[in-house]
Amino acid sequence: MDDRKAPLLEMKNIRKDFFGNQVLEDINFTLGEGKVLGLVGENGAGKSTLMKILFGMDVIRETGGYSGDILLSGEKVSFQTPFEALAAGIGMVHQEFSLIPGFTATENILLNREPKKHSVLSDVFGDRLDTLNRDAMKKKAGDAIEKMGVMIDGSMVISDMPVGHKQFTEIARELSKDQLKLLILDEPTAVLTEHEAGALLDSIRSMAERGISVIFITHRLQEILNVCDQVVVMRDGRVVQDVAARDTNVQEITHWMVGRDVQLSARTFRELPSQETVMSIERLWVDMPGETVRDVTLDVKKGEILGIGGLAGQGKLGIPNGIMGLYEAGGRVTFEGKEIPLNQPRRCLDASLAFVSEDRRGVGLLLDESLEWNVAFPAMQIQNKFLKKYLGGLIKWRDEKAIEEVTKKYIDELQIRCTSSRQKARELSGGNQQKICLAKTFAMEPRFLFVSEPTRGIDVGAKALVLDALKRFNRESGVTIVMISSELEELRQICDRIAIVSGGSIAGILPASASSEQLGELMVSQVK
Amino acid sequence: MNKKKFSLGEFLRGNSVPIMFILICAFCIPISGFSPTYLLNEIITRLGRNAFLILSLLIPIMAGMGLNFGMTLGAMAGEIALILVSDWQIWGIPGVVLAMIISIPFSVALGLLCGKILNMAKGREMVTSYIISYFINGVYQLVVLYMMGPIIPIAHSSIKLPRGYGIRNTVSLLNMRQCLDDLLAIRVSGVKIPVLTLIIIALMCLAIVWFRKTKLGQDMRAVGQDMDVARDAGIQVERTRIISIVISTVLAGFGMIIYLQNMGNLSTYSSHSQIGMFCIAALLVGGASVDKASIGNVFLGVILFHLMFIVAPSAGAKITGDSMIGEYFRVFVSYGVITVALVMYETKKRRAKQSLGRQLEEDQRKGEKA
Repeated sequence: MDDRKAPLLEMKNIRKDFFGNQVLEDINFTLGEGKVLGLVGENGAGKSTLMKILFGMDVIRETGGYSGDILLSGEKVSFQTPFEALAAGIGMVHQEFSLIPGFTATENILLNREPKKHSVLSDVFGDRLDTLNRDAMKKKAGDAIEKMGVMIDGSMVISDMPVGHKQFTEIARELSKDQLKLLILDEPTAVLTEHEAGALLDSIRSMAERGISVIFITHRLQEILNVCDQVVVMRDGRVVQDVAARDTNVQEITHWMVGRDVQLSARTFRELPSQETVMSIERLWVDMPGETVRDVTLDVKKGEILGIGGLAGQGKLGIPNGIMGLYEAGGRVTFEGKEIPLNQPRRCLDASLAFVSEDRRGVGLLLDESLEWNVAFPAMQIQNKFLKKYLGGLIKWRDEKAIEEVTKKYIDELQIRCTSSRQKARELSGGNQQKICLAKTFAMEPRFLFVSEPTRGIDVGAKALVLDALKRFNRESGVTIVMISSELEELRQICDRIAIVSGGSIAGILPASASSEQLGELMVSQVK
Repeated sequence: MNKKKFSLGEFLRGNSVPIMFILICAFCIPISGFSPTYLLNEIITRLGRNAFLILSLLIPIMAGMGLNFGMTLGAMAGEIALILVSDWQIWGIPGVVLAMIISIPFSVALGLLCGKILNMAKGREMVTSYIISYFINGVYQLVVLYMMGPIIPIAHSSIKLPRGYGIRNTVSLLNMRQCLDDLLAIRVSGVKIPVLTLIIIALMCLAIVWFRKTKLGQDMRAVGQDMDVARDAGIQVERTRIISIVISTVLAGFGMIIYLQNMGNLSTYSSHSQIGMFCIAALLVGGASVDKASIGNVFLGVILFHLMFIVAPSAGAKITGDSMIGEYFRVFVSYGVITVALVMYETKKRRAKQSLGRQLEEDQRKGEKA
């Protein structure tokens, strides 16, 4: 290769913040023509944001753009829309499929770029009345499939295809674009079987040989080593390593991915408060889109804080959502010796289970109601608290005074920043909204609590307070807590044990004192 | 073997509505006592009368806009054109053709309006278009009752209300009655076949088949199945949806003119009011669903739905002694069929959603055995 020629892609000092929250800092790397670059990092390390910047996604522009330069073949570019990126020769295969279910592979590959035949009517009514040239479509799609090197049936309808073939259809669609120079693959092997993944890796190599550069994002580190020329490791919005793939190994990459400066002193380990099992989950499956749970068996001990960690999309969120009846589930869940019927949220709540959802605006809060209502509503609905009874319980009135008192108590205790207890929940910041979610759950005084992603999208100060409140609630009221989080570090801070979910089931349970390398290895162990 | 049985069950479930109607007809025909010639005559007349109108429903369904009452707007445009043409005393085939041409601007304008509104109510097109049709009915009445006469010149007193403005309840189209049907008509053993009308319908079918092969047709199918994916691929989703509604209203306008020339008179204030309902019901009887309809569904639907209307009153009268039962049945069945189709559509969607969960459970069980 000619070294003086400008590399295909060069990223210089890319920085990006979301409303003051710095997510990318000084990203620098270059990618040569026909090279394969593996991009790895934990969730939230900034990989997706970086790719969104490169691809000109709307969300970047809407949140104030980015700083730094992207050079494509030596020329500075700044894409305003994905269409501009496409025109410049960048193709992207997203994690979610973007295919028309009732169309054949051929139709999808050439969607809106179909070869057409001119007809008389199109002179009058415009070129949308050109008829499609089916033969040319078949040939063009066939070429793209061949270029990919994996055989799929072009005349097969997408909805009849196995998942792997859908993925290949997406890749073929990008390959069918003549101008394609750089292909971004965002976790393409996540949905593939081992055999299919192998075929995909082969096709990545053959694309590279044809001069197409590939950015390959995956959690399967072995694949990176097998197929990439270069590995870029990101952590907390920075590039921490940029090495040739042949000079490294899985252990090293894992270490770079999770290896923060470990501060053991901040945490206090304790013996499990009790060996008694309070909840036992047997053979649980949950059909939560993007977070499928397969065959989870897990015992929760009385009074402990159990952390559930794992990479995004591996099913950790599905566990509480399935047990609490928000998504369809099957299996057996027993709580304090009694079986909890699945798919019936009310029965879970009646059994004194509570759930702080990760979807705080959608599931957690009544956004247009006052804080008082938000705090008191579940307790009022489920446990008849904060009600004054008249005529022997025939008529129930809200006890406004008690509601106000309890809300004020939690506002003080959790340091919720608001103008008054009558402010609307919508007007609070994310961190304070999360505290309201906790307050309303605490007001129900549950015996068992699921907390899902309690610190997602909130600032450091609020994070510490939320974690502290959970810990206190556990210690003082003896409530068993199961906390689901993508951040290993915070799980290690407050949990007694940590279960790691990988590929939809439990990959292992370790004490919180385990090293982050150990946990990290479990996280990628069964990634499917 | 097992697989074949399964597909038979699927077939029955998928076509339960047409099968039900075939059974009802099979039950009623012998009781009604009509001769086969009479029935065939009636069916062919009604096929010619209604098929074009129902065909106008296909394109919005293809674009994912569901069973669309937007066609009622086209029907009103067709009626306004017919009133004008009959006032100008242009009769016969020229009258029909002129009415079709005049209806186009009205249909297009109403279609644009309807399409714009439906773009704001994605996923609720059916009920929204139903309410729009009531709203536009009010505008139509304003035009026909008050503006025709003082603002839009109406010369002939035979169609004007005695008070000097507004249009009478019925406008006679006697001079263009069945002019399309009678031209080139042939009789085969007592059954009159309106060849020209059938040719027009056949051409329309060919046009729809051709349209599906065009770029626009392909875009509409893509938009109909997944708007977001289509948008990501650079297809103008909103524009495509509006075009599909405009095509539908224009075709419905033509369809209404064909329908009324067959009937021979125009009920100014009520012809259009139920036409959408009956067309949609007929299409559903033919085995269509909210998101899928074919030309075959149109013809099967017209035949079964109208066969039932012909035989049911007479069969009902023979059984109960009350001839009103037929009209009651007609309305009852229309609403009933639409309700059933909507419920079936929802259950199908829910079943598809649940199947993933079932799959998980099954995989797990298999894993247990292994």
